[in-house]
Amino acid sequence: MIGEKAIHNVGAGAVRVAQEVGGIVVLTWQVLRALVPPRIDRRELFKNLYKMGNKSVPIVVLTAFFAGGLMTLQAGPFVKKLGATSLAGWGAGYAVLREIGPILIGLMFSGRVGANNTAELATMTVTEQLDGLRALAIDPIKFLVVPRVIAMVVMLVVLTVLGDLVALLGSSVVAKVMLDIDWSTMYYSFVDNLKPADFLTGIYKSIAFGGSIAVSSCYFGVTVRGGAVGVGKAVNAAVVAAAVSIMLLDFFLTYLSSH
Amino acid sequence: MSEPAVLVRDVFKRYGRRDVLSGVSLALEPGARLGLIGPAATGKSVIAKLICGLEEPDRGDIRVLGEDVVGKREVQLGPLRRRIGMLFQNYALFDFLTVERNVAFPLEQRGGMEADAIAARVAERLKAVGLSGSEQKLTGELSGGMKKRVGIARATVADAELVIYDEPTAGLDPVTTQKIYDLLTADQLRTKATVLAISSDVVALAGFVDEIAFLYQGHIIYRGPAATIADAPDPLVRQFVRGELEGPLEDVRKATGERDG
Repeated sequence: MIGEKAIHNVGAGAVRVAQEVGGIVVLTWQVLRALVPPRIDRRELFKNLYKMGNKSVPIVVLTAFFAGGLMTLQAGPFVKKLGATSLAGWGAGYAVLREIGPILIGLMFSGRVGANNTAELATMTVTEQLDGLRALAIDPIKFLVVPRVIAMVVMLVVLTVLGDLVALLGSSVVAKVMLDIDWSTMYYSFVDNLKPADFLTGIYKSIAFGGSIAVSSCYFGVTVRGGAVGVGKAVNAAVVAAAVSIMLLDFFLTYLSSH
Repeated sequence: MSEPAVLVRDVFKRYGRRDVLSGVSLALEPGARLGLIGPAATGKSVIAKLICGLEEPDRGDIRVLGEDVVGKREVQLGPLRRRIGMLFQNYALFDFLTVERNVAFPLEQRGGMEADAIAARVAERLKAVGLSGSEQKLTGELSGGMKKRVGIARATVADAELVIYDEPTAGLDPVTTQKIYDLLTADQLRTKATVLAISSDVVALAGFVDEIAFLYQGHIIYRGPAATIADAPDPLVRQFVRGELEGPLEDVRKATGERDG
């Protein structure tokens, strides 16, 4: 009996996940279709660009500064011991630009912007505002979802670029203050060893992460059921889905870029 | 004889295991004013949403303003929806817009009107519902009654051919209720729009509509003149309208194990 119940639960869980993934794929298709021809409500777009980007700067700067510093703090004692301080910047920069920057900033973005987006859309759904738009012959996907998806992708890329720069600064500050490595040593270590591909790999990832955070947060927002409890569950599901998709996408993109 | 403005034919709708509508048929002639009443959770709002194409019936046909509604995609329903004004039971106001922009929204999205003309029309509507001076407030700053009045202003701003009011006076005091119904009557006489009004306030509703239909257990079980609704031949309707505690409504409820609410 217990075995049957376990199999039933696993099966039900698998069906639920398949439904959610299917729903996200359908929403992605609807968003892409709504972009041809690109008729986007500019007021909604700029409002979301400001809200999602500008207001995320402090948390991204803080996260990136310490993430960069941490990379140097971990690698610094070893490179000093081996007399290879000229590689300290490369070690920190490589990790930050390719992995730590996009992932950490993506996760922060998901927690702040994605969760907020889901809560907003879910509240609009349960208060019939989406039906209100449909009753006025306005497609909620075009009017609400598309500007948010564009704003999230654009702003995550911009924040990743900013975060990369701040992380390299953080790494240099920690190198100077805590490990007594010269500014110039770190600077030349970055310039001589880091390649455009390192930076671009992170940017590609941030585009993919931004897309997955945006679509999953919108999906769970517009498909919410129930009242306040439903909104809470939707936010939870969106954050989990975004975190899982960031990790999966990172793995596959890293695999593809290394082959 | 002209085609009815609204024709609902043998419509069924089920949510989960619960049959909400079990073969509802309803017709509204152009320019008619019909009230729809019935106990809570009997599917009155569902009928409103079905007419507007916001929900799809499980079975049955719906024709609105000469167009089929069932089986159409969202984009195909657009032109029809622009001819319908709808007040939602829970207002459905856009909380990211001010009161003024909420009311202006249908006109802005429809296009073809100058900004000055939209502003003048919005100001006139807000004055009519007694909300002049609240233009720049966000809907979150309004009371329930004020939200309802903003919803009425938005539903009537575009002079739609069919207007559906879902509980237009819920949460309003008796004086404001009368003012709102006077306004809706004047609007309807001016525009000749077809009106479907859903309300629990049967007395006030009866002064606004020509006929009242009673929805009960998935069926329209009575339809008759609004003026004589309190003396309707059907004892279920009479008990409901008069608000009597004892009677056939209670007997049916007990017999079917139906719960309150």
